[in-house]
Amino acid sequence: MDRNHSLSRREVLKLAGSGLLSAAFSGVSFAAGGEFKLPALPYAEDALEPYIDAATMSLHHGKHHAGYTNKLNAAIEGTDLVGMSIEDILADLEAAPEDIRTAVRNNGGGYANHNLYWQIMSPDGGGEPDGELAEAIERAFGGYAGFKEAFAAAAGGVFGSGWTWLVSDAGALNIETSPNQDTPLMRGATPILGIDVWEHAYYLRYQNRRADYIGAFFNVLNWARVEELYLATL
Amino acid sequence: MAFELPSLPYAENALEPHIDARTMGIHHGKHHASYTSNLNGAIAGTDLEGKSVDEILGDLDAVPEGIRTAVRNNGGGYANHNLFWQIMGPGGGGAPSGALGDAINSAFGSFDDFKSAFSGAAATRFGSGWAWLAVEGGALRVSSTPNQDTPLMSGNTPILGIDVWEHAYYLNYQNRRPDYIAAFFNVINWAKVAELYAAAS
Ligand SMILES: [Fe+2]
Ligand SMILES: [Fe+2]
Repeated sequence: MDRNHSLSRREVLKLAGSGLLSAAFSGVSFAAGGEFKLPALPYAEDALEPYIDAATMSLHHGKHHAGYTNKLNAAIEGTDLVGMSIEDILADLEAAPEDIRTAVRNNGGGYANHNLYWQIMSPDGGGEPDGELAEAIERAFGGYAGFKEAFAAAAGGVFGSGWTWLVSDAGALNIETSPNQDTPLMRGATPILGIDVWEHAYYLRYQNRRADYIGAFFNVLNWARVEELYLATL
Repeated sequence: MAFELPSLPYAENALEPHIDARTMGIHHGKHHASYTSNLNGAIAGTDLEGKSVDEILGDLDAVPEGIRTAVRNNGGGYANHNLFWQIMGPGGGGAPSGALGDAINSAFGSFDDFKSAFSGAAATRFGSGWAWLAVEGGALRVSSTPNQDTPLMSGNTPILGIDVWEHAYYLNYQNRRPDYIAAFFNVINWAKVAELYAAAS
């Protein structure tokens, strides 16, 4: 089951009302024909302004994410990987033919990571998590403030291109980072929240001020979605 | 003695339209400046003070473990950008002649073959990093490194390098790294590269 891309009933109703439903469903991670599809953004390109600008969103989704998607499809064409979910592919990169393994790692990682990234942001985001997720954050980090501080520090400390993650290991939370487009999926773990700290994610708006981008990211964090992803790992 | 941020050897807008003034201003005044101050912060009070950055990077194993990563990243960033500003210039471009031109022809077949090897290394470096032309055991070789690593760390001498961190081109070229790489060839200061080659040979 491709739980990273499932939509709640509430989201489906919301999307149906906004006319984005078919676009949202093109975001499932593999299609009948075996080709991975670039999911539509679940909101307008300017929806996360002023925290994430429309030009960045447009390039990030329409060029970078699209590029990873196309290169992933090209890499796996004609192999046994066609028809597998991206999570299954990334969890067992050793099974990918050696001559395409790096391409699958980089572009498959880029494909999956950005799929998650768009989902866990929202124009209605920000605030603090609640419910079972809040309790898990309390257990792991002593509370939201402790989580936020640790996550921001981890994201600020990634040298070069990469990501910072909140990972749920059967409900136990921890923060980790990965270089380039690597993901916790590659060791069989489930990221429920991730921030892209490649410079392309923030350079047009924040230039060298990564810390400001990280601070802004918390204002668009879609905790409702993160909680769904968390509950699915229990 | 603390390391100092060298001033740019030309105006921030001197490489327009190939490299825009705003990118140069931030790249030098923010990125290079912070590698410099972070390097100084890391080595303060250690035996590394007073060594050259080439010497430090050539023997990272000698760096205390507690600061090794900081020295590798920031020392690399300091040295790499020092080189980067020097090997570009207004009125650059063209192809090298003399001993360097001959060495490139003998190593790669022709200047065009070198250009495509170097451009390919720069385009395919995934994530942040650099592509290099370096003197390795007397011979010229194209390579690439991640992040702020440099051929100096393997005892080789870079004589030309292109920064392919997104900060080097995103304001002007966004996702189009190959356009930035092509533009870079219009501002290469081959006279300086030839000097570095002569010194390394
Ligand atoms: Fe990205
Ligand atoms: Fe740079």
